[in-house]
Amino acid sequence: MFIINCPYCGEREQSEFKAGGEAHIIRPKQPTELSDDEWAEYLFMRKNVKGIQFERWVHTHGCRKWFNIVRDTSNDAIEAVYKMGEKPPTK
Amino acid sequence: MKNKYSLFSLVKNAFSYHENWGKAWKDPEPKNEYDAIIIGGGGHGLATAYYLAKKHQMTNIAVVEKGWIGGGNTGRNTTIIRSNYLWDASAGLYDHALKIWEGLSQELNYNVMFSQRGVMNLAHNLQDVRDLKRRTHANRLNGIDAVYLNTEEVKKFCPIINTSPDIRYPVLGGTLQRRAGTARHDAVAWGYARGADEMGVDIIQNCEVKGIKRNGDVVEGIETTKGFIKTKKIGVVAAGHSSVIANMAGLRLPLESKPLQALVSEPVKPIIDTVVMSNAVHAYVSQSDKGELVIGAGTDDYVSYSQKGSHDIVEGTLNAILELYPIFSRMRMLRQWGGIVDICPDASPIISKTSIKGLYFNCGWGTGGFKATPGSGDLFAHTIANDEPHKLNAAFNINRFVSGDLVDEHGAAAVAH
Repeated sequence: MFIINCPYCGEREQSEFKAGGEAHIIRPKQPTELSDDEWAEYLFMRKNVKGIQFERWVHTHGCRKWFNIVRDTSNDAIEAVYKMGEKPPTK
Repeated sequence: MKNKYSLFSLVKNAFSYHENWGKAWKDPEPKNEYDAIIIGGGGHGLATAYYLAKKHQMTNIAVVEKGWIGGGNTGRNTTIIRSNYLWDASAGLYDHALKIWEGLSQELNYNVMFSQRGVMNLAHNLQDVRDLKRRTHANRLNGIDAVYLNTEEVKKFCPIINTSPDIRYPVLGGTLQRRAGTARHDAVAWGYARGADEMGVDIIQNCEVKGIKRNGDVVEGIETTKGFIKTKKIGVVAAGHSSVIANMAGLRLPLESKPLQALVSEPVKPIIDTVVMSNAVHAYVSQSDKGELVIGAGTDDYVSYSQKGSHDIVEGTLNAILELYPIFSRMRMLRQWGGIVDICPDASPIISKTSIKGLYFNCGWGTGGFKATPGSGDLFAHTIANDEPHKLNAAFNINRFVSGDLVDEHGAAAVAH
C-alpha cells in the first residue's frame, strides 16, 4: 500500500485508485492495416518492467480522472505524477 | 537411491538423535558447460530438471537459482491442488498433474503430504450457479470428477459455512472435486531437488542470472553472478521474474507481474477438513496440518515486484471470510505475505518454444501454478528434450497471442484478477 498524489485532489491512499497498466501504448491509427503480429504486440505484449515504469491510474473513488505516474515497481516508490497529454518526465 | 528414507532409516537415525542425516542434495559450484540449464529453482524448475534426467536421460544439466530453492512462490502459495478447469486443453494439463500428484510421494521417496480432502467452489449468484454447473458438465466430459451441490449439500459437506439466505452474498450452491486437495509446498521443492541431485543434476543456489548470450537467433549460454556458463538449451521457469529474463534475451512476453497475498491464523484444533473457495466474494480457506487456517486473498491490480500487497485486499478477503464463517470472528492472524505472480491475459500458462533457438519458457501460471507443478515439469522437460511440445501443452504455446487461439480460464482460475 502506498500514497498517490493525485494531480487534482492531492495525496490519497492507493486503495482509492485503480491501476490502468502500462502508459503510452498508442492505439493504432489504421487498425485495418495491422498484421496479427502487430495486433498481438498492441493488445497483449507488455514491458512488465522491474524498475522504473510509466503507468496510468484513475482516481476511482475521488475525481474519477485519469493521469500518469512514474513508479519504481521494485519498491513501489513513486517518482513523478503527470497529467494525461503531458510529456513524461525524462529524469 | 543412496539414502532411501524408510521406517528403518528413521529408527537407525533415532539412535544418533537425528544428528547424522545425510545432505539431501549437494551444493556444487557451476561447471563451464551443461547440456541444458534451468533458470529458477522453484517447484516447476526442479520438477523440470528431475524429469529431464529421469525420462530423457539428460543428466549433465543444472538448475540455477537466485536465492534458495523453493523460496519464491513455491513457499508462498496456499497449496491448493485441483484440476476442475473449463476447457479441454486445461483439463488435460491440470489433470495430468493431478494424476502425478497421486503417486508423487512414493515416486520421490519423499512425503509431500498430498491430501485429497476435496475442494469446494461456492456459487453466490445465479450466474455463478450457471457457470459452475457448466464447468461441472465440462469436467465430467473430460473424465474429471466433479459434482454440483445445492445449498443443503454444501452445508452438509462443510457444516461451519453460514448458508443463511440473509447474508450479503448467500450460498446458492457449489461444486466439489473430491480428488482435489492440498500438499506440503516445501516438501515438493525438496523432494524434486533430492531426486534430481541423485541423478546428477547440479542445483546451484545464490546464483543470479545477469544475461543471456546469443549468437543471432541461437542461445550460447548465461552470464551469472558465478560467471559465464555455456549451454545450448535454456529453460526459463522464473515465475514473477519471467519478463526480466525475457528482456535479457530481447523477447517480448504478454505478462504482468502482480502481488498475490496470503495469510495464516494462529493454530487451532481441526475445524475445516476440506478446501473451500469462493470466486465471487473472493475468499478461500483450508487448514494446515499444524492447525493454522490458510487464507488466500486476491491480486493487486498494479505491476509490482516488491512481494508486498495492499492492506485493503486483505481486509476485503477477511470481510468475506467472516461473513461465510462467523465462527472465525475471534481468530487472530499470525502472518501475512505476498508473492509475485506472472499473469497471462487469458489466465492460462505458457509452456513453449520461442523464436530464439534453444530458449524455452514456462511461465504465466499466474495465481494457480502450484497445483500443476509435477505436470508442468514433466511437459516442459518433454518440450526441452525434444524441441517439440507434448500434445498436452501444445495449446499453451506463446504463438496463441498472435493467432488468437486463447485458453480463457478466468472463470476457473478462482482468484480475482
